[in-house]
Amino acid sequence: MSLLTAEKMTGGYSASHDILHECTVTADRGEIAVIVGPNGAGKSTAMKAVFGMLNLREGSIKLDGRDLSDMKPTDRVANGMSFVPQVRNVFPSLTVEENLEMGAYLRRDDISETISEVFELFPVLKEKRRQPAGELSGGQRQQVAVGRALMTRPQVLMLDEPTAGVSPIVMDELFDRIIEIARTGLAVLMVEQNAKQALEIADRGYVLAQGRNAYTDTGAALLANPDVRRSFLGG
Amino acid sequence: MEDFLNAFVLLSNFALVPALAYGSQLALGALGVTLVFAVLRFSNFAHGETMAFGTMIAIFGTWGLQAAGVSIDPLPTALLAIPLAIVVTIGWVLITDKLVYRFYREKKSDEVILLIVSIGVMFVTAGVVRFAIGVDDQVFTDGERFVFSAREFRTYTGLREGLALRTTQVISVVAAVICVIALFIFLNRTRTGKAMRAYADNEDLATLSGIDAGKVVLVAWSLAAALAVLAGTLYGLDKSFKPFVYQQILLPIFAAAIVGGLGSPVGAIVGGYIIAFAEVLVTYAYIRFLRYLLPQEWLPEGLAQLVGTEYKFAVSFVILVVTLIIRPTGIFNKKPA
Amino acid sequence: MTSPAAPPVAKVSPWRTILPFVVMGGLVVITGFSQSWNVAFAILNLSVISAIMALGINMQWGYAGLVNFGVMGFTALGGMAVILIAADPVDDAWAAGGAGVLLGLLVLIAVGACTYALRKMLGGWIKTAVTLVVIGAGLYAASTFFGPSIDRIEDINPAETGFLGGLGLPVLLSWIAGGFLAAGAAFVLGKIALGLRADYLAIATLGVSEIVIAFLKNEEWLTRGVKNVIGLPRPVPFETEVREEAWFEQLQATLMMDEVTLSSLVVKGAYIVLFLIVLFIILWLAETALRSPWGRMMRAVRDNEMAAEAMGKDVKRLHLLVFVVGSGVIGLAGAMLTTLDGQFTPTSYQPLRFTFLVWVMVIVGGSGNNWGATLGAFVVWFAWVQAEPVGAWTIDLLTSFLGEDNPVREQLVANAAQMRLMVMGLVLLLVLRFFPRGLIPERQR
Ligand SMILES: Nc1ncnc2c1ncn2[C@@H]1O[C@H](COP(=O)(O)OP(=O)(O)OP(=O)(O)O)[C@@H](O)[C@H]1O
Ligand SMILES: [Mg+2]
Repeated sequence: MSLLTAEKMTGGYSASHDILHECTVTADRGEIAVIVGPNGAGKSTAMKAVFGMLNLREGSIKLDGRDLSDMKPTDRVANGMSFVPQVRNVFPSLTVEENLEMGAYLRRDDISETISEVFELFPVLKEKRRQPAGELSGGQRQQVAVGRALMTRPQVLMLDEPTAGVSPIVMDELFDRIIEIARTGLAVLMVEQNAKQALEIADRGYVLAQGRNAYTDTGAALLANPDVRRSFLGG
Repeated sequence: MEDFLNAFVLLSNFALVPALAYGSQLALGALGVTLVFAVLRFSNFAHGETMAFGTMIAIFGTWGLQAAGVSIDPLPTALLAIPLAIVVTIGWVLITDKLVYRFYREKKSDEVILLIVSIGVMFVTAGVVRFAIGVDDQVFTDGERFVFSAREFRTYTGLREGLALRTTQVISVVAAVICVIALFIFLNRTRTGKAMRAYADNEDLATLSGIDAGKVVLVAWSLAAALAVLAGTLYGLDKSFKPFVYQQILLPIFAAAIVGGLGSPVGAIVGGYIIAFAEVLVTYAYIRFLRYLLPQEWLPEGLAQLVGTEYKFAVSFVILVVTLIIRPTGIFNKKPA
Repeated sequence: MTSPAAPPVAKVSPWRTILPFVVMGGLVVITGFSQSWNVAFAILNLSVISAIMALGINMQWGYAGLVNFGVMGFTALGGMAVILIAADPVDDAWAAGGAGVLLGLLVLIAVGACTYALRKMLGGWIKTAVTLVVIGAGLYAASTFFGPSIDRIEDINPAETGFLGGLGLPVLLSWIAGGFLAAGAAFVLGKIALGLRADYLAIATLGVSEIVIAFLKNEEWLTRGVKNVIGLPRPVPFETEVREEAWFEQLQATLMMDEVTLSSLVVKGAYIVLFLIVLFIILWLAETALRSPWGRMMRAVRDNEMAAEAMGKDVKRLHLLVFVVGSGVIGLAGAMLTTLDGQFTPTSYQPLRFTFLVWVMVIVGGSGNNWGATLGAFVVWFAWVQAEPVGAWTIDLLTSFLGEDNPVREQLVANAAQMRLMVMGLVLLLVLRFFPRGLIPERQR
């Protein structure tokens, strides 16, 4: 049994119309699990479902053996989940440092150590700590967003398209950081548009199509699978 | 040189000092509007009546204290009643939130609906105020009237023109400065204050981070109510309390908040002073001022007043309109309108 | 954007519309018998005028989701039109200052045109600077013409005239003029405030009404200000004239009423008929517009501005159009109101209070539905008038146990009139919360 197991999730934004159909994703400590799939496949929806921002009709979400299925997102944060949404994922008028502090809002202990860890991971942020996040470049803003999510010292870090809108070089850099994060013992669950690069670093890969699991395998195996290559990775 | 000093003293006495006091009152009022806007995301038309409500409680408190023989002479007794007024007004505002606004917030209604709803709250509050204290003018200022009077100033400086400094003017400015500093410390240094800014910035992400929306809303309403009480009571001390005037003050307050940038505290303060100085300087009759500075033959006919006092609201309005044309987001706001 | 009104239901029987009007009519008749017909007729007159205002707001809010808090400003502009069109010209005043005033106006128009043209041509900070200079110089130039002329005009027989007077045209023309005057003001305001945040329009209209009313109170050369213009021409005969007619005596004999009451009823009745004609014309036009493809488009824009914009509809232009038309309708009603009074009294326009009442009418009646807004006007105005005696009586009754000269009781009784505003506020809040679709809900078309 994995650290995070989201099983057979079925549901959508309205009661009448399901977006997800028995969708299952898992992630384990020190591993990177990647969800790929065409636009509108339900990747973001699956992430929201795991995080509790969506009412599921069926399915369960377990973290480290505990059942979180009926918890509000805030309580899931308290129980070790952390989520970086696809859009609007920083507080633009707050400084970088304040963004990080807000990430740790639920913690009442000393957070300075975690802040320095984040600064170590993303040295640019240390330079820009007093700047409003809204004035940073897209790539730097993604770093703030990931940093903010790390502030609760989560067991699972969920990222929805962390590389959206950043240049290929910054993307590689960001992937390196994500690998680093996973190495520290976190489980990383990530949605990616840049499917090939993401699957290369993935220990586990999920191909989603129309809200269903189309393929599930290791990252390398999915990359090697001719069906997957043809239908989802563009040859 | 002495003419120049006399001219300056004259202008200070009749325009600059009153504008500074009035600007402080407007700034406090506009801060309340802007806070509600930032956190609750609607223009609260009931804010003027909240000010009237708070001032009314302060007046009742003053009467009670006066009857009990309590006095803090030379300061006005009303200052003692302000804490009570703040508590009661926060209570009232929170009741309106619970009974009225919360429903629409949870439904995520459009901001326009909240605006209409706030007009309803405005009239209910107006009814309560007029019912309880009536529509008449109430003067509740006591204590020493002047820090120094015009005559004292003249004797002291030997100038022909006098400068009177009223206690209420000093209190207004001092209170505004203290409040603004306290508010900025709260917003930038405390956990709750930062959470409030975060919530105003990005509600969804704030909720994801575990910031309790209910608490932020509660704090925002309470701050707005407290600011309304201060603005209203200071205005009432400086001039007088008349419910109708508090209804009219809504326009300059909104103009101030919009000029500065709705949702921006710095903007509200700057906007408050801009509106106050514009209003006073545009409606001031400059003829005596000019007599000190210009040779007789250059003097204009009449009062040399740009706009009649009747049109002081037009000044706020014109500034508002100019803002909407040139920079609808206001001076200190980066978000698009 | 969620729609102001809740989603409409499929099919409603026409009785859903007719029945409330019948009940309302019954209430007025009861008032006629139990209080007096004079009161009943007065209520009807103002109900019809309010209904026209409510239709104006309904177009803006119900069709388009625009918030206009300046009802009284547009109403007052309509009232001013009655002076400008129908009052007798004051020849001496024209001779003394007419030319100066006209020149001043010309300068203002020229400044406006120049500013507009320059702003089209220039850009950047120069644009702002040039605008400021042109406007400043223009205002100064205009004031050199206005100032002395105005003084001369106001000096001419100040006790009775002291203003320019009007054109001396038939008063009914002024209704149309009032509509256009208000529409013109709305056009300028809409150009500035539409297309921005929705609340900006609300605040700007609130400001306009304050300023229009301040203007009318203070510009004596135009409106005599607080000295009021009395004896404006009427579209119906005077009571005394009515009493001379042969048919009046017959009517009096059959109804067995006293002369004075009956003649006043006849005059009020004539106004009611006149106003009803206007109401029906506007209702008919509004309904036709709503049923047209244009109306459908309008509501599509209201219910989903983003989608409509994506479909290529110029939302701002549509909004400007409804805003102008709706305000024009309010201006028309304003002219009717002044005509009914026979005098122009700027102090009687309370910027917020009556505006708010019109809003309550629309929301209680059913925003988005013209029949609803009309009914709302009748219901709310009726309640507003009747609440005064009923409220005073209730408070008197409820506090009678306190004893005759208890100070609390005296305070409450003295301020009982203020209860009406509070009750209206409560009605608005309750209706919005529990019956957001009003008495006659918006229909699906
Ligand atoms: N807030 C929402 N309310 C209703 N439906 C939504 C909402 N968000 C997404 N959907 C619908 O759910 C489906 C899946 O959307 P989702 O955002 O999960 O796709 P995605 O796989 O993340 O796509 P992308 O790669 O473009 O981000 C789409 O059909 C979309 O229209
Ligand atoms: Mg997505």
